[in-house]
Amino acid sequence: MFDEQELAEISQQRESWEAETLDPSLERGERKERFATVSNHEVDRLYTPEDIADLEFDEDLGFPGEPPYTRGPYPTMYRGRTWTMRQFAGFGTAEETNERFHYLIDEGQTGLSTAFDMPSLMGIDSDHPMSEGEVGKEGVAVDTLRDMEILFDGIDIGDVSTSFTINPSAAVIYAMYIALADQQGVPRDEVRGTLQNDMLKEFIAQKEWVIPPEPSLEIVTDTIEFAVEETPKFHPVSISGYHIREAGSTAAQEAAFTLADGFAYVEDCLERGLDVDEFGPLLSFFFNSHNSIFEEVAKFRASRRVYARLMEEWYGADEPESKRMKFHTQTAGQSLTAQQPLNNIVRVTIQALAGVFGGTQSLHTNSFDEALALPSEKAVRVALRTQQIIAEESGAADIVDPMGGSFAIEKLTNEMEAEIMDYLEEIKAMGDGSVRDGVLEGIDQGYYHREIQGASYEYQQRVERGEEVVVGVNEYTIEEDTSPELLHVDETTRDRQLERLAQVKADRDDAAVDATLEALSDAIERDENVMPYIVDAVKAYATMGEIMQVFEDHHGAYREEISPV
Amino acid sequence: MGIENDERTIRCLVAKVGLDGHDRGAHVISRAFRDAGFEVIYSGLHKAPDDIVQAAVQEDIDVLGISILSGAHDTLVPKIMDGLEEYGAKAETLVLVGGVIPEEDRDELKAAGAGAIFGPGTSIEETIDFVRKNVSDDRV
Repeated sequence: MFDEQELAEISQQRESWEAETLDPSLERGERKERFATVSNHEVDRLYTPEDIADLEFDEDLGFPGEPPYTRGPYPTMYRGRTWTMRQFAGFGTAEETNERFHYLIDEGQTGLSTAFDMPSLMGIDSDHPMSEGEVGKEGVAVDTLRDMEILFDGIDIGDVSTSFTINPSAAVIYAMYIALADQQGVPRDEVRGTLQNDMLKEFIAQKEWVIPPEPSLEIVTDTIEFAVEETPKFHPVSISGYHIREAGSTAAQEAAFTLADGFAYVEDCLERGLDVDEFGPLLSFFFNSHNSIFEEVAKFRASRRVYARLMEEWYGADEPESKRMKFHTQTAGQSLTAQQPLNNIVRVTIQALAGVFGGTQSLHTNSFDEALALPSEKAVRVALRTQQIIAEESGAADIVDPMGGSFAIEKLTNEMEAEIMDYLEEIKAMGDGSVRDGVLEGIDQGYYHREIQGASYEYQQRVERGEEVVVGVNEYTIEEDTSPELLHVDETTRDRQLERLAQVKADRDDAAVDATLEALSDAIERDENVMPYIVDAVKAYATMGEIMQVFEDHHGAYREEISPV
Repeated sequence: MGIENDERTIRCLVAKVGLDGHDRGAHVISRAFRDAGFEVIYSGLHKAPDDIVQAAVQEDIDVLGISILSGAHDTLVPKIMDGLEEYGAKAETLVLVGGVIPEEDRDELKAAGAGAIFGPGTSIEETIDFVRKNVSDDRV
C-alpha cells in the first residue's frame, strides 16, 4: 500500500525516533521483558507501515461484502442491522424452556437458541441409566417430538430463526424441527435456523459422540445434502472453534482446526457429487472471543480471508456466497472467574467488542455467574444488556471494520493467516493431500489432543508463574463470599420428564415405530441419505435413544483411546 | 518433599463421571500430578459411578480426583462414595472433587466424604500440596 520511497523514508524516520526518543525512555525499562497475547503470541511495541509493506489493498483487504471479505461479509454490516443477539437458553423441561423463550422474545431478543441437557446431547433417553442426575440439568430434555411441540408452543416457527446446539444427535433434532414445520403448515423452504452438528470438533474437543468419526461425518453430510434439497434457509452445520478454544487451544489453532473441519465437510460433500456453490452458502461458523482484543479481531479477519481464498483455490467455488464466511461468536466461558464474579461483566464486554470489531453475524455474551453455576435470570439480563449497550450506545456498530488499516491489526491479521496456513498444510499432509483424511487421521493419532493439551498446560503454567495475570485470581485477590443468586433446577424435572416419555410410549403405535426404525436401518445398509427416514421415525414418536441405537447397532459405539499427554 | 524410600509413590485416579465431556481440567491436573511425581491413571470419558469405583479398587489408589462440570455432582459423587464404602476403600482414599460446584452444594459433598472441593481458579500448587499433606499415612 506504500511505495518504496515512502517506506524508505518511514524507515529512516523510525530509526531516528528510536535513537532520539525511544532509547532514553527505554532506560527506565518497560513493564515486562516480553509482551504476548493470551495465546502467547508475542506482540511488538509499535507497528508502522513497514510491518505491512507487502499488504495489497485490493487483494488482501478490498471492500466489505466482496472477496476476500477481510473487512466484513456484508457491505453495510451493522449499519444495515445489528448482529443477532442470540443468547443460549434452556433448562428443565420443555415447558420451562418455552416460557424462557417467550420471555426472551418479549425482552427484544432476535433469535432463539436452544441448549439441551446432557442425555439429549449424547443421544440417550431420559430413562437411560446414564441419564441419572443429568435430566434437565444443563438444558432442555428432548426425548420425542412431543417435547419439541411443547418447546415451541405459541411460537410460529416460520417467524423465528432457531439455533440448536447439539451434535451427535443433531440429525434427530433437525428431523423433529422439520416435522414441527410440517405440523404447523410452515413450508420447509421457509424454515430458518442453525444446527451445530459439527461432529469433527466433538472428537477434537467437546467430546460428545455416539458412533466413530467416519460414520459420524457421513451423517453430517446427509444433513447438508438434505438441507440443500429441502430447507435452503437452514444452516445444517455450524463449524465450531468455540469448544476447541475452550479446551485450551491458542487463537491460531482455533481458527486453523475449525477451517480444517470446514474443508473436511466440503471435501466429503464434493466426493458425494454435490455442487460447492449449492452447499457452500449453507455452511456457517462459530468462534470464541477471548480477552486479547487485537488478536481476536485479527483471528476473525484472517479466518474470513483464508476461507474465501481456499474455497476458490482449493474447491473451485465460484459464487460469492460460497466464499463468504458467516459466523456466530460466543465470549470465552473459560476466561470467567469464580472469584469476584462481577468482574466477568467487564471481561465479557471486552470479548463482545472484539467479536463486533471482528464482524460477527451473531453473538452470545456469557453471564457473569457462569463459573459458579448455571446462570441466574439477573445475570442473563446483564449479558444481553451488554450487547445492547455496545450496539446502541458505543458507536461500535456504526463504522464497518473500524480497526481495518491499523498497522497493528493488519500485521496481526497477516501473522494469523500465516499461522493458520501452516496448520492447514500440516493437516492436509497428514491426509496425503486430503484435508478430510488429515482431520480423521489427526483425531485417530491424537494429534489434536497433543496440540491442544500442550497449549492448555503451558497457559496454566504461565498463570501459576504469574506471567499471565488473572485479576481476582492470582492478583488483586480479596476474601469474599461468592454465593451468588443461583438458578435452581426444579427437582421434580426428571420425574415429570419420565412421566411424559412413558405417556408418549403408551400412546404411540409401536408397530409404526418399529417399521420406521427398520426402514432407517435398511437405509443405512443401502448407504442412502438417512434424513427422510429419521423424519418418518420422529413423526411416529420414536425416541431419540431408539433412533441413535439404530446407528450404534450398525457402526458400534466410539471409545476414545487417549491418555494424558 | 521428595519420594522417600520407605514410602510408596502416591497413586491417583483422575476420573470423569457421567456424560460431561469437559476434560481440560482433568488433563491439566493429570499432567501436573505426574510432574509432581505421582502415578496417574486417567479414567477416560463418560464413566458410570460404578466404573470409577471398580477402577479405584482394582488400581489400589490413594487419591481419587473426580472432575465434573455438568451440574450432576450432587447425584453422581455420593454414588461413588457409597461404592467405595461398599468395598471398604472409602477411609483410605482421599477424594477430591474439581469443577463448577456451587458453594451451597459443597458441605453436602464434604459430608458424603469428599476431602476437598477445588473450584475454578484453584492453583495446581495448592492442589498438589493438599494431596501431599492429606493423603492417608497408612498406605503401604
